[in-house]
Amino acid sequence: MTTATIDKAAPTRTVKYGSMSRDRAWALRWSYFFLVIFAIFFLTPPIYMFITSLKSSAEISAATNPWWVFHPTLENYTGLLTSNQFLRFFWNSAIVSIFVVTITMLIAVPAAFALSRMRFWGSATLATGVFLTYLIPETLLFIPLFKMFAVVGDWTGVQLINRWYVLLILYPTLTVPFCTWIMIGYFASIPKELDEAAIIDGASWFQTLTRIFIPVALPGLIAATIFAFTVSWAQFLYPLVFTTSTDQLVMPVGIITTLIKGDVFNWGQIMTGALLGAAPPLIIYAFLMDYYIAGLTAGATKG
Amino acid sequence: MADVTLRKVVKRYDEVEAVRGIDLDIADHEFVVLVGPSGCGKSTTLRMIAGLEDISDGDIMIGGDVVNDVPPKDRDIAMVFQNYALYPHMTVAENMSFGLRLKRYPKAEIKSRVDEAARMLDIVELVDRKPKQLSGGQRQRVAMGRAIVRNPKVFLFDEPLSNLDAKLRVQMRIEIKKVHQKVRTTTVYVTHDQVEAMTLADRVVVMNHGRIEQIGTPNELYHKPATKFVASFIGSPAMNFVPCRLEDLAGKLHVRLTDRIAFPLPPARAARYQGIPRTDKLLLGLRPEHITEAKPHAEPGVEAFDAVLDVTEPMGMETLIYFTLEGAQVCGRVNPNAGAQDGAPLRLAVDLNNMHLLNEVTGVVL
Ligand SMILES: Nc1ncnc2c1ncn2[C@@H]1O[C@H](COP(=O)(O)OP(=O)(O)OP(=O)(O)O)[C@@H](O)[C@H]1O
Ligand SMILES: [Mg+2]
Repeated sequence: MTTATIDKAAPTRTVKYGSMSRDRAWALRWSYFFLVIFAIFFLTPPIYMFITSLKSSAEISAATNPWWVFHPTLENYTGLLTSNQFLRFFWNSAIVSIFVVTITMLIAVPAAFALSRMRFWGSATLATGVFLTYLIPETLLFIPLFKMFAVVGDWTGVQLINRWYVLLILYPTLTVPFCTWIMIGYFASIPKELDEAAIIDGASWFQTLTRIFIPVALPGLIAATIFAFTVSWAQFLYPLVFTTSTDQLVMPVGIITTLIKGDVFNWGQIMTGALLGAAPPLIIYAFLMDYYIAGLTAGATKG
Repeated sequence: MADVTLRKVVKRYDEVEAVRGIDLDIADHEFVVLVGPSGCGKSTTLRMIAGLEDISDGDIMIGGDVVNDVPPKDRDIAMVFQNYALYPHMTVAENMSFGLRLKRYPKAEIKSRVDEAARMLDIVELVDRKPKQLSGGQRQRVAMGRAIVRNPKVFLFDEPLSNLDAKLRVQMRIEIKKVHQKVRTTTVYVTHDQVEAMTLADRVVVMNHGRIEQIGTPNELYHKPATKFVASFIGSPAMNFVPCRLEDLAGKLHVRLTDRIAFPLPPARAARYQGIPRTDKLLLGLRPEHITEAKPHAEPGVEAFDAVLDVTEPMGMETLIYFTLEGAQVCGRVNPNAGAQDGAPLRLAVDLNNMHLLNEVTGVVL
């Protein structure tokens, strides 16, 4: 009887299997098609930037094939890397980003822990509220914020505008809500019994957070870190509005304001600066991606 | 080690009363099992003892001290969860020692305790593995090890075996019993499996709808259930209930099941049930093992009758038979050689010395 069922089932299963794998093959083909299109679409600008960065100003303005370098030169790179001004921008960017990432994590992780685990009155509403603040675009905020800082400066004498550290207040308004939201998601996926076990083992809330939640939710923490770093590295509007002196500028604004003089665009250096500026996030991705392994919670519980 | 006492403990969640006033005294070293159907409030009771849930009303005492407002970590209890709740980023040894490390025990002491627990649970070669490299049964052992190394006053288990397959469950059940015999820590164990309850417990607490139905040793519950709920919950296959009335026939008290079937009660039973009004609607409770094939020489109190079997289930060492009496399905256990066949008549005997009589309306065993 058993053999009969197997015999009967076998042909149908093969047919089904075949059709399924044909579906899969088509799905794969389409995925590759779109992936290639996306890759071309997104890689073209950096490649063009790279090509341009190897050209001299004369070659850029000459009417040659823009996709080919006839006289490659590193003068744009040496020019920028020996320019104190450019190094200053780079340094400002790095300092701001590192501080912002630190501040963001120090606020977002405990906030997410509290919102996801300590059930207090209104915690659910607050969690949604946190996310909603992220949806307000900075274009809507920069004028009122500028006014606020100006007033604060008038009243207290603490000068915030045109100081790089004003960005340490501004960027977290973008990064904290989103990172909190990411971390709430990760913390929520940790089974409730895990913190109960920790509490019974004698851990305080703080120890539960640092010794259980943070290690278990490490992939989420890394995702949030990458996000916070990317946002603060690439942020353009706030530094453009709030900082003006060249020694206070971060890189995106610095490149624009110093390499464009009137209607003279120093394209070679702009492209080089942009490429060099893109390097740190890339390096950070490469490093952290190794740790960004999902499924760290596997084995905690049955499921 | 310590005793645990619950005094009129109540738990309310907004609208629902999950636990409705529980009184329970658990002696030092005792192994008490809370058993009952899903949603009857077992876990809630256990979690209140642990301190993971606030008590809405009443008192909980551990070792004589009221712990109503004592946080879990200061109650000196250890808990084993249904899904193990191992810390996934720590090795087995780290999992087991986490509590001790938080309390800053000396390293040597921690090591010796972990080693001892690992030896007791037979997981010595696993101590450097992470939870995800363990099987379900091994994880369960680690979870128990985490409780043992703490050497707490009370162990709390919440359905620790329900995620394991049947065979492993039996094995771990024995393991838990062995551990308890060794460490003798007061234990409260929650399960919905009455076999687990019967085999593990010194005393079983049967719960239903947030109340305690009965407390007793496994044998007491089995042989002297207080209510229909307990009678039907404990034992497998479950006790049979057949509608009946009491009747005086020829000067002797009889229990009448159908127009044709009425059994004379043995003297001890007759004396006990004498005062019950003859018009009361009653249930005759009989365990399957007290319905067998009729023997040639009937013992006192064993009465024979004929039945037509609906279904038979050969189990090897015995055959389960099912037939219908007064609309109630009745299960009996007969010798495999008794000749029981589907749809065939068979002469059966009931052992009325082990009968129960219940009030059909209140479900109370009389
Ligand atoms: N947080 C809660 N909020 C509201 N009601 C709850 C909550 N927790 C439990 N209950 C209710 O309390 C009752 C008892 O729950 P409990 O978890 O103690 O049941 P249980 O006996 O452990 O059942 P099971 O065998 O399914 O685990 C249930 O009716 C449940 O719906
Ligand atoms: Mg439960």
